[in-house]
Amino acid sequence: MKIFEKIGAIILGTLRHIIDVVALFVDTLYWLICGPLRNKFVKSDSIFFQMVFAGVGSFIIVFFVAFFTGIVIAMQSAYQLARFGANIYVAPMVAVGLARELGPVLTALVVAGRVGAAIAAELGTMQVTEQIEALETMALNPIRFLVVPRFLALVIMLPCLTVFADMIGIMGGFVVGVFNLNLDPHRYLTFSFKFMAWKDVWTGLVKSFVFGITISLVGCYMGLRTKGGAEGVGKATTLSVVTSFILIILFDCLLTGFFYFTQK
Amino acid sequence: MSAEVVIKAENVVRKFGERTILNGISLEVYKGETFVIMGGSGCGKSTFLRHLIGALKPDSGKVYLLGQELSALNEDELDKVKKRIGMSFQSAALFDSMTVGDNVSLPLKEHTKLDKSVIDIVVKMKLEMVGLRGFEGLMPSQLSGGMRKRVALARAIVMDPEVVFYDEPTAGLDPIVAGVIDKLILDLSKKLAITSVVVTHDMKSVFSIADRVAMLYEGRVLEVGTPAEIKASKNQMVQQFINGSPDGPIKFFQQKDDYLEQLIK
Repeated sequence: MKIFEKIGAIILGTLRHIIDVVALFVDTLYWLICGPLRNKFVKSDSIFFQMVFAGVGSFIIVFFVAFFTGIVIAMQSAYQLARFGANIYVAPMVAVGLARELGPVLTALVVAGRVGAAIAAELGTMQVTEQIEALETMALNPIRFLVVPRFLALVIMLPCLTVFADMIGIMGGFVVGVFNLNLDPHRYLTFSFKFMAWKDVWTGLVKSFVFGITISLVGCYMGLRTKGGAEGVGKATTLSVVTSFILIILFDCLLTGFFYFTQK
Repeated sequence: MSAEVVIKAENVVRKFGERTILNGISLEVYKGETFVIMGGSGCGKSTFLRHLIGALKPDSGKVYLLGQELSALNEDELDKVKKRIGMSFQSAALFDSMTVGDNVSLPLKEHTKLDKSVIDIVVKMKLEMVGLRGFEGLMPSQLSGGMRKRVALARAIVMDPEVVFYDEPTAGLDPIVAGVIDKLILDLSKKLAITSVVVTHDMKSVFSIADRVAMLYEGRVLEVGTPAEIKASKNQMVQQFINGSPDGPIKFFQQKDDYLEQLIK
């Protein structure tokens, strides 16, 4: 019986988390859409600050991850394609693979580790040092004041970062194709974009949009429910990163399946 | 006393799981007075304070703040009441990411349509009251504990509230800074006619600032009265508490038999 009780408790606990996160999502949308109607705007400078932190601040790390990933895909696919003398197909392989899959997912994972963790740690610290309570006592809603700017920043900046990652990744593949496989640069780029359909790009961007929602909500949720001092903040940060990673891969799988069956 | 009642608690009960934290507290606070709630650590005084400002809702009983019953209000109505009060937190609770000036001016920027130049003047005036004019540009991390509490105080009064709540305003401060804070609380209530509710277990400040005192013990009100009445109280628990003696009816240690049993086990 003990085992069943434990399993039941875990399932119930998970369900409660899901319900709470969905509730946070609904609240966030409420303040985003209905707040301005009630003349309670979200401060544009705090959205801007978060966009700079989440987006511009992530450029360097996304650059390196995407560039090296592009190089790796190019080399790995050249290894196979060389047998068929089809080296030129390295170009679309890199471009399509990045746009559809690796661009959005790798960018989201990097941002979850960098920005999601920072959100959870910051809000967690604010929670344990009574700052969230202070906001509420001043009749300032923490969701409007803290969650909405972070949510908006990630939902806007993550797709931007993804486009950037796609381009940098293609450049990485280009370096291998031109300098190692001795392909003609002009032909490499023509092939890259010839085989890449508009669909490949926008499905990738839809994914990164969903990942942006996921990372910001998970980070804020874990931060706001922090309890128990410094240890609690540490736990919240870890949980936020782990949960975001799992959810990103899960949603990626679901969305890929969805696009696979609907967008033939 | 026929003075206007600003805060009224009626039989407030609150449980966290199995533990009863507040066990039927009733009291009234009158306009303009400085009302101190004292009691040992864990007696529920901070929890009670959170019920008074509407941050927590009682399981049963009612809290009236500025004439409104808090649990009957919706979010907007509660916000309206909250704009008329100020709260100074135990840990100061300044926003780390904002400068001192931004911390103090935040409620004004969010809740009023005042011009920036007017807000700047108000912030300077409030910081002057707590003796920190000129510190607007510093970050909270650059301040000492006592300075942070004074900034928190300036922030609590920036909207010219009718009631200010203080959660352990002098805890963890050196005696001189504690004295300065006590004097500030007195000044505020005398100069601005603010009603103050102070939660503390610092006996020195209790007797220097209080108009009336309530002593809580295990979620109940033991006694309410003026400092003189409390000092002359016949209640042994009250006497033990204000004198800070380890022996008396309030037990700090568990029973001896229990201890022996646990050691052997």
